[in-house]
Amino acid sequence: MDILDLTAVELGERIRKRELSALEALEAVYGACRARDRNWNAYAAFEIDPARTAAQRAQALLDSGEAVSPLAGVPVGIKDNLNVRNCLTTCASKILRGYRAPFDATAVRKLKDAGAVPAGTLNMDEFAMGSTSETSCYGPVRNPWDRERVPGGSSGGAAAAVAARECVCALGSDTGGSVRQPASYCGVTGFKPSYGRVSRYGLIAYGSSLDQIGPLARDVRDCAALLDIIAGPDPMDATSIPFPDTRFLDALNGDIHGLRVGVPEECFGDGVEQDVQTGVEAFLDELKRVGAELVPLRLPFLRYAVPVYYILATAEASSNLARFDGVKYGFRAERYTTIEDLYTRTRSEGFGKEVQRRILLGTFVLSSGYYDAYYNKALKMKQMIMDGFAEAFRRCDVIALPVSPTTAPALGSSLSDPLKMYLSDIFTVPVNLAGLPGLSVPCGFDRRGLPIGAQLLGASGADATVLNAGYAYQLATDWHKRRPEGLEVSGNV
Amino acid sequence: MSERWETVIGLEVHVELSTKSKIFCACSTEFGGRPNTHCCPVCMGLPGTLPVLNRKVLEYAVRAGLALHCDIDRETRFDRKNYFYPDLPKAYQISQLYRPIARNGYVDIGAKRIRIHEMHMEEDAGKLIHSEYEHETYPDYNRAGVPLLEIVSEPDFRDSAEVLAYLEKIRSLFTYLGISDCKMQEGSMRADVNLSVRRAGETALGTRTETKNINSLRAIEHAIESERSRQIHILSGGGAVVQETRHWNDDLKTSTAMRSKENAPDYRYFPEPDLPVIFIGEDFLQAARDSLPEFAEERQARFVEQYALPPKDAARLTVRRETAELFEAVVSRGAEARHVANWLIVHVPHVLKTLSENAEDIAPDPSELAELIRRTESGTVSRADGLRVLEALLSTDGPFRVSDYIRERGLSVNNDESALEEVIRRVIEANPKAVNEYRSGKTKAIGFLIGQAMKDLQGKATPATVRERMEAALET
Repeated sequence: MDILDLTAVELGERIRKRELSALEALEAVYGACRARDRNWNAYAAFEIDPARTAAQRAQALLDSGEAVSPLAGVPVGIKDNLNVRNCLTTCASKILRGYRAPFDATAVRKLKDAGAVPAGTLNMDEFAMGSTSETSCYGPVRNPWDRERVPGGSSGGAAAAVAARECVCALGSDTGGSVRQPASYCGVTGFKPSYGRVSRYGLIAYGSSLDQIGPLARDVRDCAALLDIIAGPDPMDATSIPFPDTRFLDALNGDIHGLRVGVPEECFGDGVEQDVQTGVEAFLDELKRVGAELVPLRLPFLRYAVPVYYILATAEASSNLARFDGVKYGFRAERYTTIEDLYTRTRSEGFGKEVQRRILLGTFVLSSGYYDAYYNKALKMKQMIMDGFAEAFRRCDVIALPVSPTTAPALGSSLSDPLKMYLSDIFTVPVNLAGLPGLSVPCGFDRRGLPIGAQLLGASGADATVLNAGYAYQLATDWHKRRPEGLEVSGNV
Repeated sequence: MSERWETVIGLEVHVELSTKSKIFCACSTEFGGRPNTHCCPVCMGLPGTLPVLNRKVLEYAVRAGLALHCDIDRETRFDRKNYFYPDLPKAYQISQLYRPIARNGYVDIGAKRIRIHEMHMEEDAGKLIHSEYEHETYPDYNRAGVPLLEIVSEPDFRDSAEVLAYLEKIRSLFTYLGISDCKMQEGSMRADVNLSVRRAGETALGTRTETKNINSLRAIEHAIESERSRQIHILSGGGAVVQETRHWNDDLKTSTAMRSKENAPDYRYFPEPDLPVIFIGEDFLQAARDSLPEFAEERQARFVEQYALPPKDAARLTVRRETAELFEAVVSRGAEARHVANWLIVHVPHVLKTLSENAEDIAPDPSELAELIRRTESGTVSRADGLRVLEALLSTDGPFRVSDYIRERGLSVNNDESALEEVIRRVIEANPKAVNEYRSGKTKAIGFLIGQAMKDLQGKATPATVRERMEAALET
């Protein structure tokens, strides 16, 4: 059996039992990548030496008995927007070409402290702006279930690598669905924690009030194990929240008897592909079968979420990305005359089209004379959406809905029509606006054999409830265990 | 036909807070230092970094707001001010626009009240160092992230004297609070001047300009006079003042236009998403109120009352909090208030001048100073010796006991001044030969005369003092 078919928790167990070493697990990842990553382009960069050093350190922790985490020794892929000390961290952008992070993101540091091994940086949409992972300066990522289709985005490299057995689990980031939607398109499990649950320190910001680091993995247990490591308030992030301490992996009991599952009528019907609707309805039936109670809901405010999101996220992005000016690090235009010329040329040449589009949008909505009409109004709508969800969670414990109205679209079919692409974020962006935890689990396949994802949401802080509902579903089904065909065996245990 | 004009001035004063660390990271705020040595990923704005508010800055700001009689916003928050400049590492400055920490205050300068529009917290930018030899510029981010308060006044000033009095008052308040040293020459206090003129009797405000880059009190005076004349000249000639930002050049004593209102940058302020709203609780506010010191004016009045000092002396003693506190400490150790006042106002500054020391850099032991003043004023130590001891006390030789110092060097005198005079008079009368020799140029003869006097004084006077007095007596 391919060791990369194991879940992260299973692999961690084998490493603790000395059936294989941390280094061997890492080499298996590299073996798989060497053999077949050219098919998917899931990785942005391999930093073999620092990763090997980390694996040796992890092994030393294991040997001395200091590493007690279930994921000690397990290689973890890291999205290219998370700082890994001394490693390339480029957000898949030309403008950060050659940039090596001088410090670890808090989540990465916590992984290392737990003995997990950052294995390599994963490809993504440039600066996490996109739903297809096609805007990377390293070229598009492809979907392991169908090379002619996108893996979703922006954490498409992470989702593809987990699906293609090129890593066992990964950290991504989710500003408007960037963990959940690619997880859905690639048939893996992805979790966006409550805003403030995981420190953002070291995550290169896109939309600061919406960004959250989250795991992509084989199943809910792996997501919980990763969350156990990376969660917790951080003195370096003033927006991290001291939620009551929870052991997420231990909290999984699979018992959802009496759990009230809200079903918003707006999320089923027009605009949702028939196969997706059928798949998610089957998901609801399964939850009901294992003890949940379905509660019909109306969430009329959801239709405002996409415009509100694209105002707030781009406004923050226009400011967050202003520091990439060619003065201090990264790419600088070769020829320029004045300092203004340096800025203009560097940013015009260094940023891709989609990033420039969003910077312009964000600059516009913050401009004098437009601020109240756009940004301020969007802030008020955001509050309305938060209040709407809070109201809904008085009537149910979790909310179930599709992750995306469609399965993975064909490569090249989305970027030409950005508005259509933005509208397909309808089921994921409200979750970020309200700061809620959201889980994406595989729940079937469409007629073309592409994975379908179902989404479970909880109130802010109810991450464990959401994870447990997903765990109960995965105990009863095996969609999450399906693997794409045509993957070569990369190494046997 | 000379018209009468009224000048209307508003000030934006930036004050660097004297916290040990920067506003959003743990880096040192120390002035100077090799370029880019007081920096970290946070104040360099490296990708992925986040600001965390230094609690001391909030404390200082609340206390400053209270001292300026402002309303403190109980739900204050930060905003981003976006603009590109190489000294601004994130290409935005974390500042406050929508919910500044303090609003609606005032400062009284004499009988005049200057209203404060608002006061807010923000981070300083770095500095650009222009190479003299190459066509290159280098950023130094040591100053980036140093905490600032910006105090925006209403347009209540009518001349530069009021402006200077206001700045002095803010300096006094803030040094009393211990939140800033307010040194203009080191840039820890900076002022931008908004100025317009109007014909006397008019009530509407004229078109204003803002003058930046003013780095000293004298420069403020010059800049105000220059801008006032420039605007009056334009208006007298039938022209119109352009609303613009001007750059003061202190070497040329003139300002030049930087940018007009049309070219003013759009800073696209919006709430800083990386910093949560700050809720200021009643406890925090009360602690800030309780920590306010007795400021210069109240203290001056009390000194007049309690120590029977002339108001002028009381005022001089209370300019600096340290001086006022030293005064009271010395008095409480048994020296007479009027003597202490005299020493602190006259002798101490004089000695500091000869030592080339700054008042900020000395902290004499109040007990020793009290001892010295007592002994000098009572005549057991001559005034000249007393001042020598003061010099030793204020120089950086290290602490010593005044009584030991006087004994070891034989500085204590047996008799009072008049006794010394008397002995010298007698010695001169009794030794006409030696006196004549001295007066005819054989100055060595004075040794004999001093010896005689010392014998009479039983050695309990310093030879140097006796020599001094003897020389003076022989010259007459």
